[in-house]
Amino acid sequence: MMWFLDIASALFLGIGSLLMLTGAVGVLRFPDFYTRMHAAGVTETLAAALILVGLMPQAASGLMFSKLFLILLLILLTSPTSGHALAKAAIHSRLKPQLGQTTVEPLATDTGVS
Amino acid sequence: MELFIDMMLLSMLAVTALAIAYLKDLFAVVMLAGIYGLLSASLFATMDAVDVAFTEAAVGAGIFPLLMLVALSITGRYERSRRVSWVALALVSIVGILLIIGTVDMPPFGSPDAPAHTHVAPRYIEQSGEEIGIPNIVTSVLASYRAFDTFGEVAVVFVAGVSVLALLGMAPGDSRHGTDRSLNSMRQHKVLRVVSKILIPPIMLFALYVQFHGEYGPGGGFQAGVIFAAAIILYSILFGVGATKKAINQGLVRFLAAFGLLLYGITGVLSLLTGENYLGYNGFAETATNAQHIGILVIELGVGITVAAIMIVIFVTFSDRLNIQEKR
Repeated sequence: MMWFLDIASALFLGIGSLLMLTGAVGVLRFPDFYTRMHAAGVTETLAAALILVGLMPQAASGLMFSKLFLILLLILLTSPTSGHALAKAAIHSRLKPQLGQTTVEPLATDTGVS
Repeated sequence: MELFIDMMLLSMLAVTALAIAYLKDLFAVVMLAGIYGLLSASLFATMDAVDVAFTEAAVGAGIFPLLMLVALSITGRYERSRRVSWVALALVSIVGILLIIGTVDMPPFGSPDAPAHTHVAPRYIEQSGEEIGIPNIVTSVLASYRAFDTFGEVAVVFVAGVSVLALLGMAPGDSRHGTDRSLNSMRQHKVLRVVSKILIPPIMLFALYVQFHGEYGPGGGFQAGVIFAAAIILYSILFGVGATKKAINQGLVRFLAAFGLLLYGITGVLSLLTGENYLGYNGFAETATNAQHIGILVIELGVGITVAAIMIVIFVTFSDRLNIQEKR
């Protein structure tokens, strides 16, 4: 039973860390605000939740487990909301998303935009 | 590994500070100041100063940017001029050089021979278990050994709130019954309002937990007061200051701000009446540790009430000012 829990938590932690890494790469590489925010949102919500779920089987006591669960609940509530608020604030200050530019133009001429 | 984390955090602090100095957009500056607070909180946490980290996270990254944002919405978003004042530059340089010279004489970081570690700290660490009897030494230093210093800190918070009231609160045409248009664009945000309705009660409950758990873990009156006020400020941002004023009587809040400080002071006077020193709690109960428990609980409550009330007063006063400005 224990080895099963260990493998499960290793799996969750691994996927979570991988998503976090891709999120960081996305924030650096994506062209405009909205796509970057998408990358950050994935990191914030899914990766953090996966890492917390991965930590849960390793919790030494019921108290620690419930604390992790409460943090998970808080993250699931707050980070999508903060992403929503950010996107809405960007729309309000009339920031236009870049549409179709990366597919039409080659990457070399695209440098001055973002 | 810890050294590496410390170096990363310190260099990020330096970068953030430089960005704050260079940026002209004050909105971004306030956000960076919040990040600065969060970074220093992480630094404190790696140094095992959890209580300080908690305070810094609640104040520096939580309530400070909020209050600064309200102040910005009154004054304006951009810095006006960028003239270099040579006198100010010279003054800052001289003070900076003096500070660097001063650090030369300081003991190395973490040295056990440093005066701070040889003077009273050993007594706090060794004796507080018997004398105070609570697990969190930081709280026993803050609320019992150094209770008079903490009294001063609470008084400073109180004076800050009273000054804000004196400067802005008595403005002509107090808009107590006027239409509430402050931060009006926020009122359409359905998602934010629903989520905040779910989150505000747990935030308040957490504040109470922090308040009364301060003897056993990191926490105490200052953090609890700030968290409680943050819940109410969140409510007034999303639902309008008018709704907050309907829910909470502002006269009561002003009264509570003074009441918390008074509770603290009266505890000291009562301890004088039992024949102890000012804020020496030993006369409150049969055994010394029980008496210390009672004293610490009461003065932490005073701290929490004053801090929460003052934060709410400052926020509401700023928002009222904004309303008056928009009407003109």
